[in-house]
Amino acid sequence: MVDSSIDLMESNEILKKYPPEKRFTLAILQDVQKQYGYVPRETMNLIAEYLSQPVSEIYSMATFYKALSLKAKGKYIIKVCNGTACHIRGSNALMDEVAEVLDIIPGETTSDGLFSIEIVNCLGACALAPVMVIDDKYYGGMTKEKVKSVIEEYRRAK
Amino acid sequence: MSSEKRKILVCCGTGCLANNSYNVYTKFLDRLKNTSIDVVPSVKSTGCNGLCEKGPVVKILPDEISYFKVKESDVDEIVEKNILNGEVVDRLLYFDTNEKKRIVSHKDASFYKHQNKIALRNIGEIDPQSIEDYKERGGYMALEKVLFSMTPEQIIKEIESSGLRGRGGAGFPTGNKWRTCFQFENNPKYVVCNGDEGDPGAFMDRSVMEGDPNTVIEGMIICAFAINSNRGFLYIRDEYQLARKNMQLAIESAMAHGYLGKNIMGSGFDFDLEIVRGGGAFVCGESSALMASIEGSVGEPRAKYIRSVEKGLWDQPTVLNNVETWANVPPIILNGADWFRNLGTEKNSGTKVFSLVGKVKNTGLVEIPMGTTLRELVFDIGGGIIKDRPFKAVQTGGPSGGCIPKEHLDVSMDFDSLNNIGSMMGSGGVIVMDDTTCMVELARYYMEFLAEESCGKCTTCREGISTMVKILNNITNGNGKMEDLDLLESLSGTIKDASLCGLGKTAPNPVMTTLKYFRDEYIDHIVNKKCSAGVCKNLTSYSIDKDTCIGCGLCAKKCPTGAISGTLKSPHEISHDTCIKCGTCFSVCPSGAVVIGGAANEN
Repeated sequence: MVDSSIDLMESNEILKKYPPEKRFTLAILQDVQKQYGYVPRETMNLIAEYLSQPVSEIYSMATFYKALSLKAKGKYIIKVCNGTACHIRGSNALMDEVAEVLDIIPGETTSDGLFSIEIVNCLGACALAPVMVIDDKYYGGMTKEKVKSVIEEYRRAK
Repeated sequence: MSSEKRKILVCCGTGCLANNSYNVYTKFLDRLKNTSIDVVPSVKSTGCNGLCEKGPVVKILPDEISYFKVKESDVDEIVEKNILNGEVVDRLLYFDTNEKKRIVSHKDASFYKHQNKIALRNIGEIDPQSIEDYKERGGYMALEKVLFSMTPEQIIKEIESSGLRGRGGAGFPTGNKWRTCFQFENNPKYVVCNGDEGDPGAFMDRSVMEGDPNTVIEGMIICAFAINSNRGFLYIRDEYQLARKNMQLAIESAMAHGYLGKNIMGSGFDFDLEIVRGGGAFVCGESSALMASIEGSVGEPRAKYIRSVEKGLWDQPTVLNNVETWANVPPIILNGADWFRNLGTEKNSGTKVFSLVGKVKNTGLVEIPMGTTLRELVFDIGGGIIKDRPFKAVQTGGPSGGCIPKEHLDVSMDFDSLNNIGSMMGSGGVIVMDDTTCMVELARYYMEFLAEESCGKCTTCREGISTMVKILNNITNGNGKMEDLDLLESLSGTIKDASLCGLGKTAPNPVMTTLKYFRDEYIDHIVNKKCSAGVCKNLTSYSIDKDTCIGCGLCAKKCPTGAISGTLKSPHEISHDTCIKCGTCFSVCPSGAVVIGGAANEN
């Protein structure tokens, strides 16, 4: 899958920040993920060449770490915490509601490219369980009832 | 008290930030800018105070007044009444559920008064972004002491005699680790901090990195000096943005103040420290996986015939300790091994930070001497179970820990006692559960977590755990068979024996401990098709007990599908055809008339 719309200039800018050493693979991939919202195939070739590593090595990193994704994610990523504290305080019901409101399942992105849902394992905000995070904003003590209005806020703000 | 030294501390840890504490902080700054108060109190944002559920927390020093759940709109009142007129704003004080009264200083509250803070000593008291604040409270004095008046041998001896054990999970003696690494003369050596706190339900490491980053740095430099290492890495979990930011700022200011870099404090000793951002993989909390990740590979653990103190990062001798362990090092150096040994129990010295979460009234971080009982932790400090429901169990040690039932409420919270009853300390997560938590579903939840996080290297872990998930799914869906229990037990044994790293070796623990202590609940699911906690939807039905129902109509009003009918002041009824088993009626009923039944009762 080759996406011709990818601007590799930006990837070159990212690579310039790091010396060509293997230990920076994860950091480079994370910057790429942040820049494009995912790790495009073309950038993997570029990184492999820069670090003198096989592309397969870069691919295995991109698929191993949860922070990296091969598919484009939505503008807003809704992270629903399913850590233990959230789980026993009803995060399942919260997850179902978010999925229903957006009509996608966790891991997917809405067709307008606005939202993705991710299930994460503990955000370390257990005292506020159940927790959901959108764009680094924490929503603690979430209930099913609040989901719609929170999502609407982001829809309107797009 | 004179207003000269007055300080207003606003907690800006992750928990309080989520409740808009940053706006409260800026509101204080704004409000005090346009004031005629002669001596303007200093306003500081601090790290986490522990009692996150009651945030945002605001403390007024030196008066020691603590306000909880402070909103922007409360700022004016606090300034007018408290700062200008010295009156306490009663309504914002902490309400102690044990003592049944409002408390002025948080230090007198049940939640705090049993605590003894070493690792968390500065958190909530200082601005984590200010190295001066850290120094004011004795920061970098331990470093000065080791650089100019102690030999590496003396430092290691001190840590050994303190009895400090690794706070990350296994409880390995820290001094031993340092000594072994010290003995290898194969340079370069590395010092690594494990800040990949992955156990769901535990957040003490996040809190330390966010609230007191300098103590971690100081601990690491002391070790580096003792074992003769010049380079260190801090591996921080991907999700912990604020922790990374505060650690980075702390590293930069430590450099600027001459505590890091070349010729530290003029001693001739060099040490550099850099942050590595994790990639969101639970297994990277395992030492050899973490090191592989720093090296730029996928985080797969290796067999440890040769320990990482001998061949760790890039096959060089490496000391790896977790955040909380590092935070204990400077106070031990300053106060001495005996002081530390006097706290805790004989083989478990010092204190341990627990994150007390779940169905407990006061949730948050608690640092107590080891040997405190679980009962004291849950009931005296935690204030008991939410809505005073019956206590069922606690889960300690993260996903690969175990469940502790009420028979063991008097267990001493230390490494060895927890191991003895089939659980483990892990990083100190304590998740409290009441009668509405289904133990079978909880075991299923943990196994699903571990199946997803298994790196896939060992067959037993990769295939075994996912098979266990399938079996547990069958049981919670109502398709379980009694033979399944034997199969679960035999799979548990195999996975434990034949997996390489800690993840696989401990993965069956949640199933093994729930089978041991809550076997009846499994049997109830399989034979009686009933989930008495009302969690497994296929095995649950709700009905209203006619004699207990007071006919208030609340359940009918709240029911999302209109499945409840009845007239006011007379018993109501639930229609099983329209009921979606959401449990809303059960949680809103004021008289406890909603009864949970099994799937079999449904007609």
